[in-house]
Amino acid sequence: MNMSYDKNVRLMKGNEALAEAAIRAEIDGYFGYPITPQSEILEYLSKNFNEEDGVVLQAESEIAAINMVFGAAGSGKRVMTSTSSPGMSLMLEGISYIAAAQLPCLLVNVSRGGPGLGTIQPSQADYFQSTKGGGHGDYRLIVLAPNSVQEMADFVFDAIYLAEKYRNPALILSDGTLGQMMEKVRLPEKGSLPKFIPHWAAKGKTKNKERNIIITSAVDPTVMENLNIELQQKYALLQSEVRYELNQIEDAEILIVAFGLSARICSKVQEIAKEKCISVGLLRPITLYPFPTDAIAKLSQKVQAILVVELNAGQMVEDVKLAVNGKCPVHFYGRMGGEVPTPKEIYIELKKITDEQSIEK
Amino acid sequence: MNNQLKSKMISECEIENLELVYEKPKTLTEIPMHYCPGCGHGVINKVLMEVIDEMNIQDKIVGAAPVGCAVFEYRYMDIDMIESPHGRASAVATGVKRVNPDLYVFSYQGDGDLAAIGTSETIHTVNRGENILMLFINNAIYGMTGGQMAPTTLIGQKTSTSPFGRTVKNSGFPINMTDLISKLDGAYFVTRQAVHKPNGVRKLKKAIQKSFEYQKENKGTCFIEVISNCPAGWGMTPIKSNEWLEENLIPMYPLGDIKVPIKD
Repeated sequence: MNMSYDKNVRLMKGNEALAEAAIRAEIDGYFGYPITPQSEILEYLSKNFNEEDGVVLQAESEIAAINMVFGAAGSGKRVMTSTSSPGMSLMLEGISYIAAAQLPCLLVNVSRGGPGLGTIQPSQADYFQSTKGGGHGDYRLIVLAPNSVQEMADFVFDAIYLAEKYRNPALILSDGTLGQMMEKVRLPEKGSLPKFIPHWAAKGKTKNKERNIIITSAVDPTVMENLNIELQQKYALLQSEVRYELNQIEDAEILIVAFGLSARICSKVQEIAKEKCISVGLLRPITLYPFPTDAIAKLSQKVQAILVVELNAGQMVEDVKLAVNGKCPVHFYGRMGGEVPTPKEIYIELKKITDEQSIEK
Repeated sequence: MNNQLKSKMISECEIENLELVYEKPKTLTEIPMHYCPGCGHGVINKVLMEVIDEMNIQDKIVGAAPVGCAVFEYRYMDIDMIESPHGRASAVATGVKRVNPDLYVFSYQGDGDLAAIGTSETIHTVNRGENILMLFINNAIYGMTGGQMAPTTLIGQKTSTSPFGRTVKNSGFPINMTDLISKLDGAYFVTRQAVHKPNGVRKLKKAIQKSFEYQKENKGTCFIEVISNCPAGWGMTPIKSNEWLEENLIPMYPLGDIKVPIKD
C-alpha cells in the first residue's frame, strides 16, 4: 500500500502550530517571556528556528520583550511576541507606543482566567483589553480570534498580512484550550507572505534620504490631535477587513453569537437544538476588531432573540447590544475564571429563551 | 544656530580670508536645542555626533532616545532614532541590534530612566552582553518633570520630593549603577566621565569612539556614565552647578575607567 506522506499535515498543539506558522511566515525575530499556557511557543521556536533565519530571545520580562519588539519593528523587521493574560497586562504600555508609532507586529495572547494571577485554564475575559485598545490613549489593535488549531496557524499569516498592510499591531486572541489541544493541521506554505522594505524604518540614515524617526510624542496638542485623526482614519479603513462565519442562519429562530472556543462549543449546541426541532443560527466573529456590527444588525431583524455566549462575565455582549440597538432581545450566558460550559449547559439556557418567547406569543 | 547666522559667519571668514578652524558636527541639526542654559546634555549630544561624523557611520547607526530631558534629542541628531518608553531604551536598542547586527546601536538615558524605572532592562541588557553602547547621563535629579529626587540623588540633597534633603531612612542610598553593572560578565568596557571641563569632554569623546570600535568587533556591552549638571533642577547658576558637581557628585561617583578590556 502506498501511503503518501504530506509534510505539511501534522498533529500538533495549537501553540506549536502557531509557532511553526511563524517560522513559515518568515519572521525575523521573536521576543518573549515564559507564561502558561503559551510557553510552548517560545520553546518550539527556541528549538526549531534557525539562527540564520532570525532571533529568538527570552527576555527578562514581558515589559522588556514588548520593547524589543518595538525596537525591532521600528527598524522595519517582521517580529512578534506571545504571552498570556497577566503578561499581556505588562505589555500594554509598549503596545500603546507601537500602535502610536504605527508599527506592524504580531502579538499573541493565549488567554487564561483572571483577574489577578488567575488560573491557567481558558478564558475570554481579555476581550475588552484586546478590542478596546487596552493601554493608554485612543488606539485599536487588529484582533483575530481562532477557534481551532488550524486557525492558530492560519491566522499568523492573516495577522501579519493585515499588520503590515495597515502598519498596525495585530493580535491573535486565543485561549488556554486552543493553545494546548492537539488537532490535525495543514500548515501554511513558506514564501506566501512577501517581505517589503519599509521606507519609514529606522535602520540608518543613508545618503539622499530623510532621517527616519520613530516617535510617539508631541509637545503641541494640534500635532497630537492630528496623529489621533490619522489613526482614526486608518481604523475606519480597517472596517472593510471585518470577517465572520455564519452557520445555519436560514430560518433561525435564535441566533447565537460567540467567538473562539465558545463558538466551537456552540456549534455542538446547534446540533442538540436541531434534534429538539429548535432552529439555532450561529454567528462567529473572526475579527473581534473590526467587529461584525452590520452583520449582527441585519440578523437581529430576522431572529426572535440573540444569545451571546462567552467565557467571561459579558464583554462582547456589549458590542452585540450596540449592533442590535433594541431590535430584538439579547441574552447572555458566560462562565468565568477558567470554567468552560458544556453544550448541554448552554442548551438549557437556550431552551429558557425559547420558552419565554413562546409564552410571549 | 540658524542657517542665516551660519552663512553670515562663514561669509565673514571668507571676506577676512580667515581659516575656518572649527564648526559644529554635520550630523548635528540646525534646530535650536531645548536644553536649559548650562546643561550638559547639549555637549554630550554634540560629542556623540562628532564621533559619528568622524567614523562616518551616519548611514549605519540607530539610537534609542529616552523619556526625560533627552526625549527630544532626535531633533538634534541627524540620524535614524526611536523614542523609547520610559526606562526601556536598552530593550528597544536590543530589539534593533538583534535583528540588525550590522548596525551601530546606542541607547541614551538619564538616571531616573536607567537606574530607577529601567533597572531591570539595564541589568539584563548588560548581562546578556548586548553589542550596544549605553550612555547613562547622571545628574542626580529628574530634570524633565521639574526636579524630583532620583535614585542617584545624594544624601541630604534637596529636591522637590525631598524638600528637606534626601534621607536614608525614607529613601535609602544613592545607587551606584555603573559600579553595579561593571560586575556583570556581559559588560566589556565601563567608564565614568564628566563634561564640565574641556579635558572631560575630550575623554568622553575618546570613550564613545572606543565603544563603537568594540561594538564593531562584537565585544559586548559598552557602558558610559556621564556625570552631568542640572542648573535649573538644582536651582543654581551654570557656573555654581559645575562647582557643586565637582565638590559633591564626583566624590560620590569618581571619574575614570571602571572596567577595561584585558589585553590578550
